[in-house]
Amino acid sequence: MTTTATETTAYQPSADTLAAVLVRGDRPRRPSAWSASVTFGWRAMLKIKHVPEQLFDVTAFPIIMTLMFTYLFGGALAGSTGDYLQFFLPGVMVTSVVMITMYTGVGLNTDIEKGVFDRFRTLPVWRPSALIGMIFGDVLRYILAATVILAVGLILGFRPAGGAPGVLAGMALLVVFSFAFSWVWTMFGLILRSEKSVMGVSMMVLFPLTFLSNVFVEPRTMPGWLQAFVNINPISHLVAAVRSTMDGTWNPAEITWTLIASAALAAIFGTLTMRLYNRR
Amino acid sequence: MSAPAIETSGLVKIFGDNRAVDGVDLSVPAGTVYGLLGPNGAGKTTVVRILATLLRPDGGTATVFGNDVVRDADAVRGRVSLTGQYASVDEDLTGHENLVLLARLLGYRKPEARARAGQMLEAFGLTDAADRQVKKYSGGMRRRLDIGASILNTPDLLFLDEPTTGLDPRSRNQVWDIIRVVVANGTTVLLTTQYLDEADQLAGRIAVIDHGKVIAEGTPGQLKSSIGAGTVHVRLRDAAQRSAAERLLATSLAAAVTLEADPVALSARVDAGGSEQGAAELASRALAALAGAGIVVDDFSLGQPSLDEVFLALTEVRSA
Repeated sequence: MTTTATETTAYQPSADTLAAVLVRGDRPRRPSAWSASVTFGWRAMLKIKHVPEQLFDVTAFPIIMTLMFTYLFGGALAGSTGDYLQFFLPGVMVTSVVMITMYTGVGLNTDIEKGVFDRFRTLPVWRPSALIGMIFGDVLRYILAATVILAVGLILGFRPAGGAPGVLAGMALLVVFSFAFSWVWTMFGLILRSEKSVMGVSMMVLFPLTFLSNVFVEPRTMPGWLQAFVNINPISHLVAAVRSTMDGTWNPAEITWTLIASAALAAIFGTLTMRLYNRR
Repeated sequence: MSAPAIETSGLVKIFGDNRAVDGVDLSVPAGTVYGLLGPNGAGKTTVVRILATLLRPDGGTATVFGNDVVRDADAVRGRVSLTGQYASVDEDLTGHENLVLLARLLGYRKPEARARAGQMLEAFGLTDAADRQVKKYSGGMRRRLDIGASILNTPDLLFLDEPTTGLDPRSRNQVWDIIRVVVANGTTVLLTTQYLDEADQLAGRIAVIDHGKVIAEGTPGQLKSSIGAGTVHVRLRDAAQRSAAERLLATSLAAAVTLEADPVALSARVDAGGSEQGAAELASRALAALAGAGIVVDDFSLGQPSLDEVFLALTEVRSA
């Protein structure tokens, strides 16, 4: 407790000044669902401002992933790293951002252990707003991570045929999907007791989900049973959709599939999360 | 003011095979401080969490200003505030940011929220620390911010869960003063505490809780008199006279005498069966007996019963 601030002047509670703040006039009207969510989002921004180190994982990790896999697999899989990058960059962007979503669960788990969530839960605001606001903050991190990867890719020679609109559309799809996918982790963040177990479960889900997909290689060379899994894996559809917009080919089936999967994830896991949140 | 702020009936909460709250009936009149007194694990916090809509009861009912805490949880939330046992503020944020955040969530517009936060910091003597992260606050400052955050909307009912646990005496007195002002302004306070003197200082009525049950209820005076007035502590000048003093005290007080670690000190329960005056009279008669026997008393005091004694006495009554 050596860093604790010492009080320079002794505080003496004054009945008059305290009574002046205890106004018993009209209470303001409760904020709308949107306004409450945005306010909680502002809290997430403030936390990033005060603890900027937490952005390390959304900047360093994606850079490492991109460099590592481009040079590790590029020559072997596509003949050259430059050719591989055209195929691989949308995939590694999806992988990195989807992996970052797990911090939502970890963050919620540590946050809820502290007393401040008790206060939030006794406020007369729309119940999901505290969690939605938290995920709004995370969405900013997803955008940051995707941007970092795009920048690294462009430096390494990624030249998307879809141009700026295609790239932006791809990133938007990815952020929408990640927002929806975050609700899986809020659920685990509420079920599991410790930060460590949330991490453990997250990795167990995320590793197969991201690696058993079309991110790194075309599924054609895989055995049939694996192809079957890869083809139903939502990550594969997301990657196909993002690739198509960045390529400028805009595959409507994959884009629709991604949006439907996002809506379903948010509906199912959002509902489960809120049930757990209200019961706690 | 006639409708009770809190009314519970047969409240039960079970965690696994632990009946944390086991049939609690409370009636808290509006505009008062009501104390829930009990040791750790007695179920005080669980009662507060049920009333603050954080936990659902497994049995019984609870209403806050007539609103059921389960069915009308939202209506309850509109009128209560909670200062939890652990700081209910965000340690990563500054004091000012914490208050603006909560004011916004309570529906204040941005400029009003900032103004309100500023007023609150001023009133709680935290203006200088406004832009410092809460994790750098001292315990007393944190607790003040916590209470400030709880009264941003001037709640009708304020839950204070062990508000002074872990605070130094000065900070504790500050918190007591704040609570008195809050109540004087019309807010009902439900206070949990492990300290009898805290409940005595603040609460109009007290419920003593143990093992999830209310084992006694009443005004502080009623509770104290129900178990006798307390303990007389005596310090002698000469340790050699202690055994003589022990015999005399035992006879005149008709109670067991405890020999303290200090070789000149001894103490005894004074049980006057109720009134405080009786206890003081009994004690002075006992002291007179010591003087009469030529035993020199350097110092003596008639103490309030400690929480331990209250509990021992109350549980004795229950098991008898």
